[in-house]
Parts: sequence; C-alpha cells; structure tokens
Amino acid sequence: MSRHGVDLAWTTAVTGLLADPAASDLYHARMQMALSLGWHIVVACFGVGFPAMVLFAEWRGSRRGDPDMDALAHTWAKAMGVLFAIGAVSGTILSFEMGMLWPGLMERFGAIYGFPFTLEGFAFFIEAIFVGVYLYGWSRLPTRIHLLSGLPMIAAGVAGAFFVVSANAWMNTPTGFQIRNGQVVDIDPWAGMANPSTASQSAHMILGAVMVTGFGVASVYAVGMLRGRHRRYHRLGLLVPLSVAAVTAPIQIVVGDWIANVVAEHQPAKLAALEALYHSGGAAPLSLGGIYVDDHLVGAIEIPYGLSLLIHHDPHGFVAGLDRVPPPLRPPVNVTHLSYDLMVGIGFALLGLAAWLGWAWWRRRDFPRSAWFLRAVALSGAAAVVALEAGWVATEVGRQPWIVYQIQLTRDAVSTAPGLRYGFYLVLAVYLVLTVMAVYVLRRLAGAHMAPIAPQEPEPQHQPTGGSSL
Amino acid sequence: MNGTFTAANAVLAIMWTGLTAYALFGGADFGGGFWDLLAGNTERGRAPRRLIEHSIGPVWEANHVWLIFVLVVLWTSFPIGFASIASTLYIPLTLAALGMIARGAAFAFRHSVDQPLLQQLFGASFAFSSMVTPFFLGTIAGAVASGRVPPGIAAGDVITSWLNPTSILGGVLAVGICAYLAGVYLCADAAGHPGQPLLEYFLTRAVRTAVLIGLVALAGIVVLHADAPALFDGLTSRGLPLIAISAAAGLSSIVLLVRRRLAPARVAAALAVTAVIWGWAAAQYPYLLQPGLTVQAAAAPAATLHAMLLSLVVGAALLVPSLAYLFTLFHRPDPAPEQ
Ligand code: HDD
Ligand code: HEM
Ligand code: HEM
Repeated sequence: MSRHGVDLAWTTAVTGLLADPAASDLYHARMQMALSLGWHIVVACFGVGFPAMVLFAEWRGSRRGDPDMDALAHTWAKAMGVLFAIGAVSGTILSFEMGMLWPGLMERFGAIYGFPFTLEGFAFFIEAIFVGVYLYGWSRLPTRIHLLSGLPMIAAGVAGAFFVVSANAWMNTPTGFQIRNGQVVDIDPWAGMANPSTASQSAHMILGAVMVTGFGVASVYAVGMLRGRHRRYHRLGLLVPLSVAAVTAPIQIVVGDWIANVVAEHQPAKLAALEALYHSGGAAPLSLGGIYVDDHLVGAIEIPYGLSLLIHHDPHGFVAGLDRVPPPLRPPVNVTHLSYDLMVGIGFALLGLAAWLGWAWWRRRDFPRSAWFLRAVALSGAAAVVALEAGWVATEVGRQPWIVYQIQLTRDAVSTAPGLRYGFYLVLAVYLVLTVMAVYVLRRLAGAHMAPIAPQEPEPQHQPTGGSSL
Repeated sequence: MNGTFTAANAVLAIMWTGLTAYALFGGADFGGGFWDLLAGNTERGRAPRRLIEHSIGPVWEANHVWLIFVLVVLWTSFPIGFASIASTLYIPLTLAALGMIARGAAFAFRHSVDQPLLQQLFGASFAFSSMVTPFFLGTIAGAVASGRVPPGIAAGDVITSWLNPTSILGGVLAVGICAYLAGVYLCADAAGHPGQPLLEYFLTRAVRTAVLIGLVALAGIVVLHADAPALFDGLTSRGLPLIAISAAAGLSSIVLLVRRRLAPARVAAALAVTAVIWGWAAAQYPYLLQPGLTVQAAAAPAATLHAMLLSLVVGAALLVPSLAYLFTLFHRPDPAPEQ
C-alpha cells in the first residue's frame, strides 16, 4: 500500500544515512508521524462523515416509522461510538508528537501554526460532548431533542477537520508572518489560517472523509449481500451511504482539479514531483505511472500537452519542472508521483462506480443487481481509504525536504533528543495491536453472530428490530 | 509590553484552569480504573465495576479532551515552553500517550466482544493503563516543578529529568489523587442507588486513600526540601496559603465522608486537589520553566495571545453550556432503566 511505498523509498535513502544517528532519528521520527497520522486519519474520516448519516437514518426511521432505518441508525451509532473513541485516543498521541518529534517547528512557529489546533480542540471537545449526549441519550431524550442534539456533532466534526487541515495547509503555503534577521516577526495567526491552500485542501479533505465513510459503510453491506443477505435492511444499508458517496465522487474530482491548480501556483516543486516532470517548458505532457530514474521518467503513458492543458487550459502553457529546483531541495519523486497517480486513478474509478449506480437508478429506480456491481462496491471502501492515504502521502512527501515550505527544513525541526527510534518501535507495536483489535471488534459489530452490544451504552438499549445481522 | 504581560497571564490562568479541570474530571476517570483494577476477581468485582462503568461511560471522552485543551493552549501561547517540555520529556510522554490509547481503546472495545476471556483482557488493560498513565503524567509534573526541564530543544536529560525523587513523588501523588477523587465521587454515586450496597465499599476506600495521600504528602516535604529547593521555597512562601487550604480541605473531606455528608465531601475533595495545583503554580510563578524562563519571556506575540483570548472566550461560551448539559443529563438517575 501507500505506506509501503514510502517505506521502500526511505529504505534506500536511509542505507546511506544509517551511519549518522541523527539522520536515523529523523527517519524514525518521520515514520512515526506518518504512521500515527495515517492511522488517525482513517478513523477521523468517520468522525466527519458518520454523524450526518446516522442522523439521517434516525430521522427517516422515526418520521416514517421505518423499522429498518431505525435499526440501521442504532447499528451505525454503535460503530460510530467505537470509531469515535479510537479516533480520540489516536488523536491524543498526535498532539504529543508535535512536540516530541518536531520541537523545532513548534518552538519557532507554534504561535502561528498552533493556533488552528486550539480551534480544532474546541471543535472536537464539542463533538465529544455531543457524541456522549447522542449515544447515551437515546433512551433518555424525546426523539426530536435527540435528533437536535446530533446536529452539533455534524457541525463540530466538519469544523474540526477544517481547522486541522488549515494547519496542514499552512505548512504547504505559509503566510501570516515575516522573517527578519532570522527572527519570525509580525505574526498574525488569522492570516496564517487564511493561507492560499486552506480552502481547497479542506474542501478536498472533507469530501474525502465523506467518500471514505460512504463507500466504507456501503462496502460492508455489499459483502453481506454477496453472502446472500438481501433483506430490505441490507439494501438500505447499502443504498444510503452509497448514494451519499456517489454524489460526492464527481464533486471531489472538480475539487481535485482546483487543488492541483493551487499547488501549481504556490508549490511548483511539489507539482513537478506529483507529475514527475523534469524539464520545465510549454506543451508539458501528462505522464501516468512510470518510474523516475536519473531525471527521466521510464515506462509512463504520456498524454501530449496534457499537463499544460490541465494547469493553464492552454496546450502551450508553461509548467515548471524539477530542473528548476536545486537537487538537494527536490522531493522524493517516485513516492510522490505514484501516490498521486494512485489517488487520481481511484478517484476516476469511484466516479465510474457512481455513474453505474446513477444510470441504474435513472433507468429502474434501483441499484444494479449484478454480482459485479456488489463486488465493486465491496472493494470501494478500501479503495477510498487507499486514495485518501495516497493523497496524504503525495502531499506530505511532495513537500519534502521542507516541513514549512521554503521556510524550514524538516531536518531542522526534528528533536535532537537521543533514542527517538525506540519510541517509534514502541508506537509501531502498539498500533499493530490496536489495528488488530479494532478490525476484530468492528467485524464483530458488522457480523451476524451477535446483536451488537453497545460500545458506549452501559446496558443494551434498543435491540435492532429489523435484523441484527450486519 | 504591559498588554502582552496581562494577556500572557490571562491565557496562563485559563490554561491552568483547564489543567485543574483535567485533574478533577479526567483524574476521577483514571481513578475509576484504579478501583476497577483492585476490585478483585470477576465475581466479587462485578458490582463495583458496574458502578464505575456507569459513572464513567458517557463522560470519559469529554473529560479526556481537557488534556488536549491544555496542550494546544500551551503550544500556541508558550511555544518554547511546549517545545522544551515535550522534547526533554518525550519518554514519559510517549508512555503516557500509549497508556491513554490502551485505556480508551480497551474501554470502548470491552462491550463489543462477547468472549469472557477477551472481556477480561480488555478490562485488565483498561484498569492497568488507568494507573500507569497518571503516574507518568505525575512524573512530568515533577520534572517541570523541580526545574529539570531547561528551556531549549531536548536541553534536559531525557532520563533523569523524570526519574528522580520529585518526579516519583509526583507520579505517586497523581495516582493517589486520582484514586481519592474517584473514591469520593463514587461514594456519592453509590448513595444514589437504591439500598446503597456499595456506599460502605467506596467509603472505606476513599477514607483510606485520603489518609495515605496525607502521609505521602508529609513525606514529600522531606523529598522536596532535599531534591527541589526552589519549589520548596515557593511552596512554603507564596504557595503556603494554598497548601494550607489544601490540607484543611483534605482533612475535612475525611470528616465529611465519615459523617456521610457526601455532597460536601465531594466539594472538599475537589477543593483539596485544586488548591495543590494552584499552590504549585503560585510557588513557581513567574517562571514557566525554572530556572530562567519567565512566563513573560516564553509568551507568544501579542497578536497570537489576543487571538487566543478571543477564541477561548467564544469557545467557552459554546463549551460550558454543552458540558453542563452533558453532566446534568447523566448525573440524574436513569429515568427508566429499560432492559
Ligand atoms: C477519497 C479520497 C480522494 C480522492 C478520490 C481524490 N483525492 Fe486528492 N487528496 C485526498 C483525497 C482524495 C486527500 C484528502 O488525501 C488529500 C491530502 C491532502 C489534502 O488536502 O487532501 C489529497 C491531496 C491532493 C492533492 C495535493 C494537495 C496539496 O499538496 O496541497 C492534489 C493535487 C489532489 N489531491 C488532486 C486530486 C485529483 C485531481 C483527484 C481526482 C481524481 C483527487 N485528488 C481525488
Ligand atoms: C492536518 C493534518 C496533518 C498535519 C498537520 C501534518 C503534519 C505533519 C508533520 C509536522 C510532519 C513531519 C515533518 C515532515 O516530514 O514534513 C508530517 C510528515 C508526514 N505526514 Fe503529515 N500531517 C497531517 C496529515 C497527514 C496524514 C493524514 C497523513 C497520512 C498518511 C500524513 C502523512 C505524512 C507523511 C508520510 C509524513 C512524512 C513525510 C516525509 O518526511 O517524507 N500526514 N506531517
Ligand atoms: C486531516 C486531518 C485530520 C482530520 C480530518 C481529523 C479529524 C478528527 C476528528 C473528526 C476527530 C474526532 C474523533 C473522531 O471522530 O474520530 C479527531 C480527534 C482528534 N484529532 Fe484529529 N484529525 C486530523 C488530524 C489531526 C492532527 C494532525 C492532529 C494533531 C496534531 C489531530 C489531533 C486530534 C486530537 C487530539 C483528537 C482528539 C480529540 C478528542 O478527544 O475528541 N488530528 N480528529
């Protein structure tokens, strides 16, 4: 997977560096950051996307007296509870790591980069409170109040994602300060949040979270239907999240084009790496796939003028390549380029799936009943997660060697404390166990073996009436 | 200049309030896990475990976010302070973070499995990490309080900064305080249940813990005198009134418990802990990191502090009613415990 790709690139880079303990600590710090962020983000997506879906199901269930919708709402709420809890704990270590691994970044730029995290903190605080109210209040609150108490969850989840992505956007396109005589002065944290990448990145991320949630939940029911569970409960369980994801997929591609244009304008070195483009110039081709060796891309499919057209809507538009970037300041091209192509490829594949659904719905008011469709949906959840991870790897690795683009090098930000690598091994081990446990528990929640006992509710409250399986 | 001074102190005070809230709420959560650990085998421990679970369930996630709150305020408003603390103390921080992961995940997973063995495993991991996590957080407090975290990236010793007499004292006290708070709170929860079967159970334990903490604190005087003279001086001068309040509140909480005045006992216990935390602050002020880094010098520029104050006020306006709603909703007895 994507993380594996990162690993490979670094294994080569690191063989040369191992002699130097500081460089090796840098490597481990990066891997630790990537591991814990890459883990958190998958779970966090459900914190952004799930509340709205759960609420929708509860609302439809109660308004139309639909027992299947009601049952779905209960099952989803339980899964949301588990995911929220692991999202919260996996987020906590991230905030420690900001200082344990990158004190140079926090010391110098905490006053500006740290600020959106404060707003994020409030957002998630409110989300955590209302998740508690929502999950435990089911039997205590009248339905209408209960539904209303769910709204702040949605708002806070989306707001939190916006704030935290604005922090990441700032690393990509830092604004809101001046550097004078090596000192960071004229700090304005609001201007930092309003950097050129915030809008496109956060829109892209929130849509990505909705896609991961939608395709992810739908894929669980697709697997169930392939195994012969065809009750209305299962069909709704597939259709509701899949429709949400299908509507999002085309919008995501439009936003993807927007974000690429922002990158071209503000981070030319990253764009060159995303596209594996060495020679600057007009009439730049769009290259799909291939391996980049010695400033040449081997084995790629080239679409003549493609890149110039995409960026400038003009076949002769000028695109800067890696030849403009001094060699030590070039990002690792293969990881960046291949992750990017993977994301875009999956984006179009998911668009195809959405179109398939839309076509069938238009023709017959039903989703396609072929096993191939179900198989595709079953895969779509994992595919969306891979796209999300690949997008992040492209973003983060494509920014290297900078932690703050053109302002601070990653190696100047890393902690100088001895022995960082042991922390990484420990974190790796804990995350492995956590992953196994989370997968096991979520599979049980989705499985037919038991009526899902609430993760958050002390006693089993409502038993799903429409069937406890899946 | 003066504006920055006031703003920095205001932000610091809000941060310290957040830390106090974490100790009072998050601490009681940890303490619940502590009593869970000591509740004995599955049969014997069932009743107290249920009560603990019932009390923690809806609120633990919210309680836990106080720590995040403290961290983000610290790193935005006092960046050099955060960078120094986190880099020098990365070992206990990593261990505490892993403890939190184990704890939260185990608590959430416990209900989603049906095999007794796994339930026990998750239960044990929840309980064990509930004890280990506050211990490491306490060593961190001890490290900062005893001046072992000099300003600068990884400027302190990564081992002895948190493995030293004051840190061990801090760790032990933190675990004790958590157990004590939880014990006192749980008495009141137990009293709300018909027949009050668990009241005596938690009462004895809370009183014993209070006495034990008192003894540790007395021994702590000797430790601090030898190991952290600057802190000792501060605690015995500017911090003294608060330490006295803490001791008095702690003693009265014991008396109130014994007399079955549970609600006032809760307040007294919370006051005892609050006074210690603010006593530490009073003793150390104006230094963020001793020696040499004052609050003033560590503070972020005025624009950031003002943005922080604005968002803290707006955030509090959203947060306080929400939290109050959460707690009132769940701290009334269940209206219709349906099965
Ligand atoms: C479900 C997930 C998903 C899908 C289908 C796509 N993306 Fe994406 N992409 C992400 C999820 C994502 C992300 C959430 O992982 C990233 C990482 C950083 C960010 O803001 O969004 C991202 C980053 C990202 C970047 C780098 C941004 C930066 O460094 O500032 C570009 C240029 C694109 N995307 C472009 C696209 C295009 C042209 C797509 C069209 C098919 C596309 N993405 C589909
Ligand atoms: C808002 C969200 C995020 C923030 C603020 C953030 C911040 C950071 C920081 C501070 C670093 C270390 C410095 C560096 O290497 O440049 C880093 C590296 C990295 N992050 Fe992110 N990150 C975010 C999201 C993600 C996500 C979701 C992933 C998913 C995989 C990710 C993957 C990585 C990777 C692979 C690296 C290592 C890059 C390298 O050194 O080559 N990041 N990130
Ligand atoms: C694109 C990136 C990110 C997104 C979309 C995101 C989203 C979320 C969401 C929705 C939650 C709530 C818990 C849940 O629903 O699972 C959460 C929790 C949390 N996140 Fe992230 N996150 C991101 C990156 C980060 C980064 C980079 C950090 C810190 C450096 C971070 C720190 C936290 C913390 C501390 C929590 C716990 C708060 C709580 O207990 O409620 N997150 N995140």
